[in-house]
Amino acid sequence: MKIVAICGAGVGTSAILKLNAERVLDRLGISADVSASDVASVSTSGADAQVILTSPELVSRIPKTNADIVVIDNYFDTDELERKLEDAVG
Amino acid sequence: MRRDTLEHMSLPPLPDSAIDLGVHASDWRAAVRFAGVALRRSGATRDSYTERMIQVVDEFGAYIVIAPGLALAHARPGPDVLADGLSVVTLATPVTFGHPHNDPVSVVIGLAVSTPDAHVNSVAELANVFNDPQAIPALAQATSADEVWRVIQAPTVSDDAEPVR
Repeated sequence: MKIVAICGAGVGTSAILKLNAERVLDRLGISADVSASDVASVSTSGADAQVILTSPELVSRIPKTNADIVVIDNYFDTDELERKLEDAVG
Repeated sequence: MRRDTLEHMSLPPLPDSAIDLGVHASDWRAAVRFAGVALRRSGATRDSYTERMIQVVDEFGAYIVIAPGLALAHARPGPDVLADGLSVVTLATPVTFGHPHNDPVSVVIGLAVSTPDAHVNSVAELANVFNDPQAIPALAQATSADEVWRVIQAPTVSDDAEPVR
């Protein structure tokens, strides 16, 4: 399983999403490779990803993809992340 | 103020000069500018970094509002970053950034780092601070730098590694 966390300006807020996603996946017992990237490079970095994590503000900028796009409102709410990740990969 | 656990922290420094509490910002641009001015005052950045933080929002929208009431203002590393640094600005009146769920914003964290690798580690360390749901309200209500440092246990001087001459 490959998951990419996306932010706007390079490796910024995506690092928070990556860290908290790794925590949640660990809690769920799901093994996945989580990386951080930005909207400018998502077409390559997210090419073989199953899940793309991002902000509601950035969804429209993500090019057409086969990955599930999971929109996170509160990056620090691991319960929200857990619920949405479980829906996406479960 | 120094912390016993200083050497374990990867957060950038948050000196007193980078903390500005209860400011009056008329809109999100003014709020981000306060965070940028605080970074510059602490010696972390030049003026142009402040403008680049504003450009990030102009270009990508309000995604920097990553939790209810909190904006993480930042831009890519560049020559206008003189040293890694954090700033904390709280707003007397919360302002709207345009985020569909997390407005209005009452706390703006400014972040400057000199290399992309430092960026990843520093931002990840912020997750450890803000995964506590009490952190944002505690910062919003803080009336002194000590109260801010109680929430964000960052180094308070930027040259810790250097011996005092």
